[in-house]
Amino acid sequence: MTNPTTDRAAAAIDVQDLHKYFGDNEVLKGIDFHVPHGQVVCVIGPSGSGKSTLLRCVNLLEIPTSGKIFVEGEEITDPDADVDKLRSRIGIVFQQFNLFPHMTVLRNLTIAQEKVKGRKKDEAVEVARANLAKVGLSEKESAYPAHLSGGQSQRVAIARALSMNPDMMLFDEPTSALDPELVGDVLAVMKDLASEGMTMMVVTHEMGFAREVGDNLVFMDGGVIVEEGDPRQVLADPQHERTQSFLSKVL
Amino acid sequence: MASPRQRAARWRYVQYAVLVVAVLVIAFVADWGQIQRAFWNWELVKEQFPRVLTIALKNTIIYTACGFAFGLMLGLVLALMRLSSVGPYRWIATGVIELFRGLPALVVFIALSVGFNLAFPDYEIPFGNLGVVTLALGLVGGAYMAETIRAGIQAVPKGQMEAARSLGMSHSRAMVSVVVPQAFRIILPPLTNELILLTKDSSLVYILGLSLSGYELTKFGREGMNSASNLTPIIVIGLCYLLITVPLSIVVRRMESRAERAR
Repeated sequence: MTNPTTDRAAAAIDVQDLHKYFGDNEVLKGIDFHVPHGQVVCVIGPSGSGKSTLLRCVNLLEIPTSGKIFVEGEEITDPDADVDKLRSRIGIVFQQFNLFPHMTVLRNLTIAQEKVKGRKKDEAVEVARANLAKVGLSEKESAYPAHLSGGQSQRVAIARALSMNPDMMLFDEPTSALDPELVGDVLAVMKDLASEGMTMMVVTHEMGFAREVGDNLVFMDGGVIVEEGDPRQVLADPQHERTQSFLSKVL
Repeated sequence: MASPRQRAARWRYVQYAVLVVAVLVIAFVADWGQIQRAFWNWELVKEQFPRVLTIALKNTIIYTACGFAFGLMLGLVLALMRLSSVGPYRWIATGVIELFRGLPALVVFIALSVGFNLAFPDYEIPFGNLGVVTLALGLVGGAYMAETIRAGIQAVPKGQMEAARSLGMSHSRAMVSVVVPQAFRIILPPLTNELILLTKDSSLVYILGLSLSGYELTKFGREGMNSASNLTPIIVIGLCYLLITVPLSIVVRRMESRAERAR
């Protein structure tokens, strides 16, 4: 953050002095955070550090207690903001996939296009098939989620989010619920997305991904951002003692 | 010493033997001629047809279907109100549910027929008796189903609503397209129960004082029993009830196993 003003003007996501309480428990203690256009920002930290809460605040799955969040320059914490419209422009991928189990894979990808974006069925199916092809699961379009492996489910979830043509993608520990041998497929899809220039915020434990794909790395602990910077630098030579101790445990 | 498995097997043979003996004793003690005269007089059985099907069975099905359809809609609305973040919605729904779940169905029938006429002499419940039955069965059934549906909605993982909202769906759109369809899969068995209960509760329509064309199974059977001084008509309508409920159970079991496969 050498020049906050110009950085911020171009930011896809801009979080200012964000506080979040669950009851009396302060989970986020004044977060300033931003994701520039076309960049991949990875957020790491021990469990309970508030990293997932921060991500969920960005599309208002959690309502911030105080502070401001701007998405593409629009303040989403403004009470008059059209939250549904905003969310349709932010793709999110969950740890538990959250595919709709009562619909086929194809329907999972088309329903929001039709009901939210108002696309015609033919167009929605076309977009959905293109995105299924992108994640390498074209042959699964008429399967139900129950018949997919974890890795396939997560790739479908990514395709579902992409089918809304979002401006940015949020990933909330996308590989944490997967069997180790399935992690690679999902990370490969995410890497492709990053190379296409998608703006991404990724909460993850995959240090390799953060190092290789991330433009910026944020380390959170105890509800604050402890350290951030170039991923290679932070991972190789952490400045803060808490970062050092966390990395020594996970690397 | 016998092994535990041998002992379990021996114990099961004892149970079978007791059952067989009990059946034999009953078969031997019973006066089959007397039983047939009282319960299964062929002449009377033939007399019940075809009206037991064309009038009584038909009416039972119509009353139940109307009551269930209205009750299902009411139950869904009440369930969503109970889950609402708006206080008054919750309070009203809780009041309605407690009232109609706590009252015997017969009392609701009386309130809606006699009570309504006394309270509003100038007005009538539309569609005559069918309207009253629909309303009464719907209110009682809806109050029960509301709690079942609410439990079903709450049993759908929270992530489903979050995923739907994250795609830009409004709360109500997410409910209709994502949460409620999954809730209904979960509660299919208890809803079937409710439908079977309503089938039987539809017999309470007798309180309205119907003419022959409005008779449902129970009323039809009682009239037949009284005029013949014989229980045969009751047995016939009993079988008719099973004709409704048993196929219903089978269909629902099929639906369940199909839903299971899609899971």
